[in-house]
This record gives sequence, structure tokens and C-alpha cells, in this order.
Amino acid sequence: MGSTSSTLSKIPNAEELSQETGFTSAHLARLFERFEALDKDKKGYLSPQDFEAIKELALNPICDRIIGAFFSSGQEMLDFSSFVRILAHFRPIDNNRPKEPNSPDPINSRINKLKFAFQLYDQDKDGKISRNELLQVLRAMLEKQVTEEQLESIADRTIQEADLDRDDAISFEEFRKSLEKVNIDHKMSIRFLR
Amino acid sequence: MGFLSSVKPVCIVLISFAVLALLSFGANAEDSPKPTTTKPPAKPTEHGPIYTAPPQPLPEPEKSYLPLFTLNYPRVQIPFEITLWVLLASFAKIGFHVYHKITIWVPETCLLISIGLIVGAIMHSVHEQPPAVLTSSVFFLYMLPPIVLDSAYFMPTQPFFENVGTVLWFSIVGTLWNSIGVGICLYGVCQIPALGVQDINLQENLLFASIISAVDPVAVLAVFEDVNINEQLYIVAFGESLFNDAVTVVLYNLFNHVAELPVVDAADVFLGVLRFFLVGLGGMLFGLVFGFVAAFTTRFTRKVREIEPLFIFMYSYLAYLLAELLSISSIMAIVTCALTMKYYVEENVSQRSCTTIRHVIKMLGTVSETLIFFFLGVVTITTDHEWNWGYILFTILFAQIWRGLGIVVLTQIINPFRTIPFNFKDQFGLSYGGLRGAITFALAYTLPNTIIRKKLFITATIAIIIFTVFIQGISIRPIIELMNVRKTNWKLGTINVEIHTRLMEHITAGVEDLCGQWSHHSLKDKFMRFNNRFIRKILIRDNRPESSIVALYKKLELQNAMEVLDTISGDISAAPSLISLHEEKASNKSSFKPKRTFLASDLTAMHEILSKNMYKIRERTMSYTNKHTLPNDSRAREILVRRHTSIRRSLRARSFQGSESARSQKYFSLPLGQSLDTGYATESIRLNADGDPALELHNRSVRPKPRPRSKQPRFSTTRARLDPLQELHSTVNMEDEVRAEESSHRPSRQSSSSSNSRSRAPLQRHSSLGTPSVGEDDPEGDEQQLESPPPAWTPEPPDRGSGGPRNPLLRRAQWKPQDK
Repeated sequence: MGSTSSTLSKIPNAEELSQETGFTSAHLARLFERFEALDKDKKGYLSPQDFEAIKELALNPICDRIIGAFFSSGQEMLDFSSFVRILAHFRPIDNNRPKEPNSPDPINSRINKLKFAFQLYDQDKDGKISRNELLQVLRAMLEKQVTEEQLESIADRTIQEADLDRDDAISFEEFRKSLEKVNIDHKMSIRFLR
Repeated sequence: MGFLSSVKPVCIVLISFAVLALLSFGANAEDSPKPTTTKPPAKPTEHGPIYTAPPQPLPEPEKSYLPLFTLNYPRVQIPFEITLWVLLASFAKIGFHVYHKITIWVPETCLLISIGLIVGAIMHSVHEQPPAVLTSSVFFLYMLPPIVLDSAYFMPTQPFFENVGTVLWFSIVGTLWNSIGVGICLYGVCQIPALGVQDINLQENLLFASIISAVDPVAVLAVFEDVNINEQLYIVAFGESLFNDAVTVVLYNLFNHVAELPVVDAADVFLGVLRFFLVGLGGMLFGLVFGFVAAFTTRFTRKVREIEPLFIFMYSYLAYLLAELLSISSIMAIVTCALTMKYYVEENVSQRSCTTIRHVIKMLGTVSETLIFFFLGVVTITTDHEWNWGYILFTILFAQIWRGLGIVVLTQIINPFRTIPFNFKDQFGLSYGGLRGAITFALAYTLPNTIIRKKLFITATIAIIIFTVFIQGISIRPIIELMNVRKTNWKLGTINVEIHTRLMEHITAGVEDLCGQWSHHSLKDKFMRFNNRFIRKILIRDNRPESSIVALYKKLELQNAMEVLDTISGDISAAPSLISLHEEKASNKSSFKPKRTFLASDLTAMHEILSKNMYKIRERTMSYTNKHTLPNDSRAREILVRRHTSIRRSLRARSFQGSESARSQKYFSLPLGQSLDTGYATESIRLNADGDPALELHNRSVRPKPRPRSKQPRFSTTRARLDPLQELHSTVNMEDEVRAEESSHRPSRQSSSSSNSRSRAPLQRHSSLGTPSVGEDDPEGDEQQLESPPPAWTPEPPDRGSGGPRNPLLRRAQWKPQDK
């Protein structure tokens, strides 16, 4: 794209971001354009209201949690690099990346994707999904007519299945183990980020 | 079996109706020249008193007594027959839904054609002719416009415009590809002496090919919906069907004209191409003009609410007719008219008119379509066919091949331009889902009689329609399900997996929406700015900035509540009282739950609950494009309402608990610490005409002004009852349900009304919505709100230190009146 280079120049530390997240410069340019388009007041950062303004997102049952994942630790301003870092979780896993022994996992590794999903459950950040937290998510995802009793029994069953150390909560390890057969890459990757 | 016992009366009614229809047709004694019927009379009618006896010379005055019963059939013949046919077709539609499973496996069009076949057989056996509904004028003037209007009006505009390039690409180039390809191949086939069709020349073949390339994926859309096809594909198929019709008609006229020429030279071809563009663009222009005029008219219809829907219909029909007059594409005209008009009109008219419009459009469209397929079945039996195995089989074969090829090639070309490319499954769905339908049928009938083998063409057309509708229509569902096979059978998966995978799908869908489609935004933004600045001012009455999310929530909750009332149907005991729920929750929390063991039956029950009740991803488009029902935005509404109530709840929790627990429930949509005086961008989610919440960002100046009403709901007495506080212990009204839902989410809710009323104060914001008008009628509400916001609306300073949340979402609570 002709405008890629001009857009790229607007992005601070484009090189490092590209390195860290694995996005190509074309992707970064596009994401920056999107960032600017969302930032209607041209503040230079995004606030939760800007996210709310996306109407498709508003119709998502777990919209609030998704927004919360971007604005973790209570901050109200999201700059571009944080934006991109979080979005990097959703890149498809590159299978042919050489494994360097001492480097940290890339942001879009399977583990990190799972961690992202885990943190959506775990709002109080204690490293475990308590029964209550699970119930909240279930309520959000299920239609109104499911009764409280049914919800609770589903939640109980969920914990029972996954909870190996019997502490009535699901830790990250248990979470990961319960999903070992699932193709996370497929579920947690955005199609058009090729 | 219940099903059998309910099918029998319906069948009996159907058959008796058919017989009645036949008898009445038989009763017609006149040879009527009118286009709707060509019944030869069977017995003369009795002369009633309106007929004067022929003058006779010096008759003996005969005493003729006043006849007590007279039968005057010709007078009511036409409306009577029309009504009978419509009723018969509608009964058929009722009959289909008796046994629900049928409609899953067999598309409705198949069923309609089958019933038509039966009725046609009956008619044929008594040597009756069916009404000549499918002559050119009746079809194109009366039956086609409602169908097209229906499709265009309920088109989801957002996704459509995002995909408009693909849609146009497939419909225009695809149809051209199909027509020319099939035409040339058939011409080649015609050269084979063994088939005996050598007298069909190239032009006629091309003409025929253009007819049969009009794809009508009505049935397929229903299948796509159930099988959870990619949303993009859905929109493309939907849009393609719409524009396909227009393109086919244009091509048909083009080839028709060309077919009549003895010699075709380059100038003709060039003129043909030119005419193609002229016709298409001219139609669009017409539609735009009429759409704007209609929108402008509705600006002034405040005092004549009852006839508001009329304007919509009259203007779109007028656009259609004028376009027909000028021989430009009437379908494009009516489509564009509907698309333009919808947005502005739905803001101007009252809620009731809006509902009326939607219902009537849907009704007309469905009736028209039903009738057409029904007649297809009837006519299949009663026409004289000319069957030619070779030609017909080759037609079907080539049509399939060329469509498949066309889709594949076109997709390859356009995929690089799409952000979400089509994969193989999508392409297969598009090509296999190309069923032929109404337009094909009608066009075949209107072939000029100068074509020698017209009967062959008609037979071939009917053959291909029946083939595609029955065979492809029935088989596409299993095939797609086969291709869609999940890797893991859910019965073996755990509940964990199911929940977590669905969560992840939601996350991914949300993030995708976040990233959005990267292109087209600037264009859309520019258009929206232009729209807001100029067009809305002209076309929308009392142009105000779009209504906020408060209006939306208000409307949603009311609608929700009213629906709940409907479903409860007055069963008081069904609604749990607030107090009991609260106590139950408290006891649940405190008691120690021993580990439960789950039986296998429990597990299957759980799996079922999950699979049935978990929100699917991005249902909204699907719900708009089911052809046979009105758009159903209840899921979207549910989600929005819940978000809203949970925000409200967390606010209340925070307002009088002010503790850490509230913090943990923090929803990041609430910007804390902003005071009333800083200008900030407010969002408004508005359920616009599509039912899509359309978000608009407005930069508000410091003091928000009295608000627009656009989608002001018209509720009268029900509104007053929705106050959550005072009606706690009243008899069941919708309120209980609304609160029952809320309360089930709020274990910590205090039921004291006083604290609640206090907590509402910080939620009072400026009158974002104006008053929900107490009066039933719009005029009063408008005037009221224009003058001064009633006391309940005055913004109050927050009575909490940090300032109540300023989020526009919370303004929703305002509409609950302070005064009881």
C-alpha cells in the first residue's frame, strides 16, 4: 500500500512492535488506521467508551469482559502499543518459527492464548476461577430462560470435571489441561490476520 | 398421534377448498377476456333483477315474481377467484408447519410446488385452465414488486454495504458469465442433429440461457441459517439474489431485442452494453430520488399517522411503475428506493406505523412468493409441454457446470480484495445453492411468441426449476452438514470444553469486531458525516441528534417486559416474588454444598441446555435475512438488556455499598471520575431500522440538551408500572419478571426501597430522551419534550463524592418516573 510507509512513520517504535508481536508492517499500518478510526476524539489513546461505540462488540455477550481485558489493571487509557500487544494474542500460531531455547514464548503461543482466555474468567486475578466467577460468565453466555439451579449445576459440574486438586476452583493448569484436546489456535485466531 | 389428527383436518380443508375453487370456476358462464382468468363457462348464470329483459313487441305482461335468491357470479368473479387462490395457498402454508420437521428437511418452496402440482393435477383432470397469472403484465406489475420490496426492505444495510463490491461482482459478472457460457454451449449442443433442435439459433439460446441463470436462493438462505454458514457468505448470497433479478431482466430484454434482429453487428452490441448501464444506473437514480421524496414527505405526516405506511408503499410502487414506463430497471429502482427510504422514514414515523409497514411488507412479499410457487406447480401439469430429453438434460448439466465454474473463477479473482476470503466450503455453498425460482419462471412465460420452440423453452425452464428446487434444495442441507462435521463429537466432550470453547469463540468474534473491516471506513465515515450535516436536516422532522442508548434500553426493556407478559398469560404464581428469590440466594450462598455426583442423565441434560441456550456468535445478520419471518432481534435485545441491567445493578451496589465488592464488579464501560462538566463524547446505540444498534458518537458540549425522541417508544400505562421500586409487591406485571431477572443476578441486593431511590439520583442525567410520553400519541409526547423536560428529568448533582458514573448507559434509568 502506498500509504503504509507514511502510516508506519506515525507509529512509535514500529520496528520493535513488529518484532515483539510478530505483526508485519502492513498489519501494523492497518491496525494503526483502525486505532485512529476508533479514537474519534483524536486523543491519541483509546478509552473504554471508544470500545463501547463499536456496535457489533456491544452485542457480544461478554463485551464487558473483553473490554476489561484490554483495560486491565484499572487504567483508562490504551495506547497503540498496548493495543497491538493484546491483539497479538490473536495471531495464528506460526508453526515454522524456529524455537530459540531462551526466548520467551511469542505472544500468540498456545499458552498465552489460553492465559488470555483464563484472565477473562478470573476477574479478581487470584489465579483461580472460582465458582462465582464461573457462574458470572455462564450467566452472561446463556439465555435468560436457564434457571439459576441449572446454572449452578452446570457450574458445579464444570468445576468437578476440571478441578484436580479439590480446592473448588479451577487453576490455570487445570484449565489448560481440560482444553488440551481443543484446537486453540483455530478458536482464538482472527481470520484476517494472516 | 397428535400430528396425524391435526394433519387430517388441514388436508380435508385443503381438498375441499380445491374442489370449491374448481366448482366456482366451473360456475363461470362467461368467456371472460380478462387476464386473470380464462375459464370457459359451464352453466349460465341466472338472470337477476339487474338484467333487463330484451324488449319484445307487445308482450303479454307476464307476472314475474321477485326472485328470492339470485346468483350473479360474473360480478364478483375476479376478486372472488383471486381471494380463493390466495387463501388456498395460505392454507397450504399453514399446513406445512403442522409437522415441523418437514420444513427442516424440505424447503418450503418444494412443498408449495408439490401442493401446486396436486391442485394442477386435479384441475387438469377436469379440464380446467388455471388462471393466467403468469402473463407478463400480471406478474411483473403485481406479483413481483412485493417480493422485491420485501427483500430490499429487510436487507441488513451495514453488512450489505461492506460487501457491496462482492455482491455486484457476483451478480453482474456472474450472471453474464452464466448466460453467455450456457448459451454458447447450448448452441453447440443444438448443432447435434440427433437432438432435433437445430432450428434454435444463437440469439434464442442466449435468451434462454439468460433466463435460467437467474438464481433465487430463497430456500438456501433458510438452510444457511441453520447450518451456521459464514456471515459473509450469507450476505453475498442474499445480495446476489436481489441484484441477480435486476441483471437478468435487463439481459433478457437485451437479448430479446437482439433476438428479433435478423443480423447483429457491432453497433448493436455496443448499444446493448450502453443500454445495460443506462438501465441499471437509471433505475438506481430513480430509486434514490423516490426514496428521498418519500423521506421528505414523512417529515410532515405527524398529523396523519394512520396513513403513514401508505406513503411507503405508494412511493416505492410508483418508483417501480415509472421505471417500467421508461423501460429502465424497475427492480433496481424499487430496491434503491427501499434502501434509501428505510433509514429516514423509520425515524420519522411513529412506532406503530413502523410496525405496520414491516408487517405489511412481509405479508405482501410472502403472499406473492407463495402464489408464484404454487402456480408453478399448477402450471407444470396444465401446460402443453414439449419434451426433448437431450436439450433439457444438457441445459441442466450446463447450468450446473457453469455456475460452479463461475463461482470458483470469480471468487479467485475477488478474494484478494476481500478481507475475509471465501474458502472452498463457501464457494460450494454459493454454487450449489443456486436454485432457480420465480423470476425464471415468469420470464420464460413472457418469451415472445415469435420464437418457434417456445414450448420447449418453457418446459426446459420448468424442468430446471423443479430439478434445482427439489433435488438441490433438499440435498444441500445434508451436504453442508457433512462438510461442516465437527472434529470432536460433543457427546464425548466435557462440559468444560463446551463452555470454554464457546467463550473463546465469543472472544474471537469480539476482537474481530474490534479490528473491524479495515477498508471502507473512511468512506463510510465521510458519508455519515455528510448525512448528519445535510441530509438528516432536510429529511428528518425536527432533526435532533440520534437518540442515545437510553432510548434503546428503555424501548428494549419495555418490549421485553411486554413480551414476558404475553408469554406468562396471567399466571401469577409463575413469577417468583422478589423477596423469596433474595432469601433463596442468601441461603444458597451461606450453606455448604456437599460435592454432588452427577448422573449421566444430568450430563446429557446439561449438554442440551448448553447447546440450546448458549448465545451463538453474531446471530444478528441471520435473524434479519430469514425470508419468511420478520426480523428477530430478540437475542440482541436480550444481551443489551442484560448488560444494561447488570450495569445498573453494579451501580446501585456501588452507590450504597461503596465497597471493594463493587469494584470487583466494575464494568469498564463506566468512566469513573468524570464530572458532569467536562465535555465528553457520548455514545448512542440506537436500534435503527435494521434493528442493528447503530452507534453514533457525538461530541457533546457541556450541558447536554434536551434530547431527541426519534425512536421514542409509545407505551402508555405499562411504562408507569415498570418502576422497580414501588411495585415490588404488586401483582404480577412485567415488572416482576424484569426484576426477577435482575434479582437473580444480584445476590447482594438490598430490597429496601429507600436506598434504591437514593441511588437513582446519581443516575439522573440530563434528559437524554425527553419524557417517555405519558400520552399514547406522538404529538403530545413531542410537544412535551420540546418545551421543557418535566421535573423528573432535571439533572441532579450526584450525591456521592466521586461522582456517580457518567456513563450514558446509565441514563437508561432516567425514564423511570419519580412521580408515581
